Amino acid sequence: MSQTDLATAPQSNGWRAWLLSDTPTSRRHAKLASLYQSWLQFRGNPMAMFGLMILVGLVLMAAFAPLISPYDPFVQELGNRLQPPGAEGHILGTDSLGRDLLSRIIYGARITLYIVTLVAIIAPLVGLLVGTVAGYTGGFIDVVLMRITDIFLAFPRLVLALAFVAALGAGIENAVLAISLTAWPPYARIARAETLTIRNSDYIHAVRLQGAGPMRIITKHIWPLCISSLIIRVTLDMAGIILVAAGLGFLGLGAQPPSPEWGAMVSDGRKFILDHWWVATIPGLAIFIVSLAFNLLGDGLRDVLDPKESGE
Amino acid sequence: MSDPSKPNLLEVEDLWVRFPTRSGVFDAVRGISFSLGKERLGIVGESGSGKSMTGRAILRLIRKPGRVEAKRIALEGQDLMSLSEKEMRAVRGYQISMIMQDPKFSLNPVLKVGKQIMEAYQVHTKGSAAEARQKTLDMLEAVAIRDPERVFNAYPHEMSGGMGQRVMIAMMMIPDPKILIADEPTSALDVSVQSQVLDIMDKLVRDRGMGLIFISHDLNLVASFCDRVLIMYGGRVVEVCDADKLHEAKHPYTRGLLNSLPQLDQPREKLEVLKRDPAWRDEPSVSGVL
Amino acid sequence: MSGIILKNVDVWFGHGANRVDAVKNANFAVPLGESFGLVGESGSGKSTILRAITGLAQTWSGTITIDGKALGPTRDSEFYKTVQMVFQDPYASLHPRHTVDQVLSETLSLHGFNNVEERIEKLLLDVGLGPSFRFRYPHQLSGGQRQRVAIARALAPEPRILLLDEPTSALDVSVQAEILNLLTDLRAKRGLTFLMVSHDLSVVSHMCSRMAVMQNGHIVEILSVEDMRAQNASHEYTQHLLASSLGFTPSEAAQ
Repeated sequence: MSQTDLATAPQSNGWRAWLLSDTPTSRRHAKLASLYQSWLQFRGNPMAMFGLMILVGLVLMAAFAPLISPYDPFVQELGNRLQPPGAEGHILGTDSLGRDLLSRIIYGARITLYIVTLVAIIAPLVGLLVGTVAGYTGGFIDVVLMRITDIFLAFPRLVLALAFVAALGAGIENAVLAISLTAWPPYARIARAETLTIRNSDYIHAVRLQGAGPMRIITKHIWPLCISSLIIRVTLDMAGIILVAAGLGFLGLGAQPPSPEWGAMVSDGRKFILDHWWVATIPGLAIFIVSLAFNLLGDGLRDVLDPKESGE
Repeated sequence: MSDPSKPNLLEVEDLWVRFPTRSGVFDAVRGISFSLGKERLGIVGESGSGKSMTGRAILRLIRKPGRVEAKRIALEGQDLMSLSEKEMRAVRGYQISMIMQDPKFSLNPVLKVGKQIMEAYQVHTKGSAAEARQKTLDMLEAVAIRDPERVFNAYPHEMSGGMGQRVMIAMMMIPDPKILIADEPTSALDVSVQSQVLDIMDKLVRDRGMGLIFISHDLNLVASFCDRVLIMYGGRVVEVCDADKLHEAKHPYTRGLLNSLPQLDQPREKLEVLKRDPAWRDEPSVSGVL
Repeated sequence: MSGIILKNVDVWFGHGANRVDAVKNANFAVPLGESFGLVGESGSGKSTILRAITGLAQTWSGTITIDGKALGPTRDSEFYKTVQMVFQDPYASLHPRHTVDQVLSETLSLHGFNNVEERIEKLLLDVGLGPSFRFRYPHQLSGGQRQRVAIARALAPEPRILLLDEPTSALDVSVQAEILNLLTDLRAKRGLTFLMVSHDLSVVSHMCSRMAVMQNGHIVEILSVEDMRAQNASHEYTQHLLASSLGFTPSEAAQ
């Protein structure tokens, strides 16, 4: 923030008024004010706030995993295997090799976040690029790009991911890559549909009449409008992405043992599911809670970001 | 009712439309009163004056979280404010109909036009299908549609704007309502079609002895089409006058609006710009009760 | 001869059986400094002519000459420095996520101006908006203020010809008066040439000295504002338009 901004901004409790001002005095002020308005709207949605809180908790858990987990997630204690939740020293019990489930869940949050973040960056970006270019240029390029998209869409997601992992080899990185490659086509479709409506609007015509080229129009004028619907879609898809990652883990094609990936943990517990339910159930619950949190967040974001709602 | 020989169809007393917002309650309509006889009552104002809200509030069609408050909204003596939502549905369309600005948004795009008009008739009268069909064809003829059979079997997208608006009028008129509320019924239409649609509306309202509330932003149109005019500003009625005397209106707001219009027959170098006086918002609402 | 000259201009959309001829054989000339109107109802092709001139409609034939230069299929930056356009709906012609500042500074930098800061302030003053509007988003502006921003954007490259596509039809009458006055002032101050499209005869008569009346893609008549005011129209359709624009007269057209 520049000097003048600080000078015009009231120092004490006037920050709120400053942020809610209808007459911003600088670029930064306008940006902040509009962010703050969105935040106020988001804050008014209790379910979305609940989702956000869970996710913040997840991030903190992953960041401070070594500090808060009571045990090393990899240390086996075979004499203490398959302890039920509430057993002495193990709040959530232990798995078949006597590893503390709570610690594994906490460390597993890191892997989940890693997968989710990477997929959430790669897939929408590829989709946005393909979709907006196809939608704006139209004609032959549109046909080629959208047929490629259709080909990707024609395969069931998990099967395609399986094929990729089989070709690239098992492991988290390859799982991320496989999921991203299967996740982008819906984003391309959304971005293209949005672009088609935006392309013919007067504000795009207006900037064309200033001599702006297609690259500038796509990146500076169309992207900002597509991104919000993609963000919403990504958060709503996050649950699916976690599940596919867990599915790959479950099938032994994602994270490899002994890494505490939640899907792999469920798979691990499958062998004992009748006698020792918690080994599979607890990582399953973790997947469920995080997926739910993403869905709630997505719903809240839709209310805030949807231009139809917030434009007027 | 002041004059027993000419009873009012509708009496509105102290009508408010309120919307709670983050920064307090926003009053879109602020305590207006008026009556409607068997006449054409115009409500004019600019966007945000509350004119459309007034029309919707009479039918209690204000979307949540908006609220309608009134001492009384009486339809031939029956207080609409005390009716339940279910009883209100029997009033809407059956006793008071409403025509919106754009017929495209009011007709179901996947149903044939005739079917939709028939349904409007059957819902309220429970007549047989054959009877409803005949009524529909008659009604289409009444709105100056030359080939009612063809329009009966047309889909909404196959019609022009003017045709669509005539179909809307037919649909709204078929249950024989007592009052028609028309919210900018012709502003989406070309001028040459406008007069046709207005003519049809005028004729139907006259022949059936209905009351018409005509909401518009177009002063010239209202002056030439209506009997009486309410001029709204900031949710209040600032002036009430006879339509043919609108051009002699006294309130500075009305005068300002009139003067800001370019006139075909009087060339001017510059148009007069309306200077808004904050005091206009605080003046008490003028009563439009006769 | 400079200004805008259209000779035998046809504009169409679609091909083959789906081809729609929007403008058929349009001919007119607007000398520099004049204000010329195109009047007609929806679908008459009046806006399409503007789109053909600006290159937004690409399928056209005939010759369009701007400032002595015949236009080809594409427009260069020189053209956009000469000709600018103001759109009908100010609610649709401003990017919803760009502040006034972004809109104007992008326009100025696209046209290669250096002193962007000063120019933005000056443009805002010219269209009657103070510097306090500079960092607002479109949703923080009223319809009239938005149209002023759109006019400022069109003026930014300092064009000599301004195409106006129903610039006030989406606005209230009192705001319309402000915008029309602003346009009149700007024309006087900058010596602009206007080509204005409108369905409203009184607006066009107020703004323009000559006008072409269009119906179904054809220019049916070109007449001066004096003839229009005196209701001295020779074509039947113009007479009809004149009659309908004078307000509602009972039972003139029904049946």
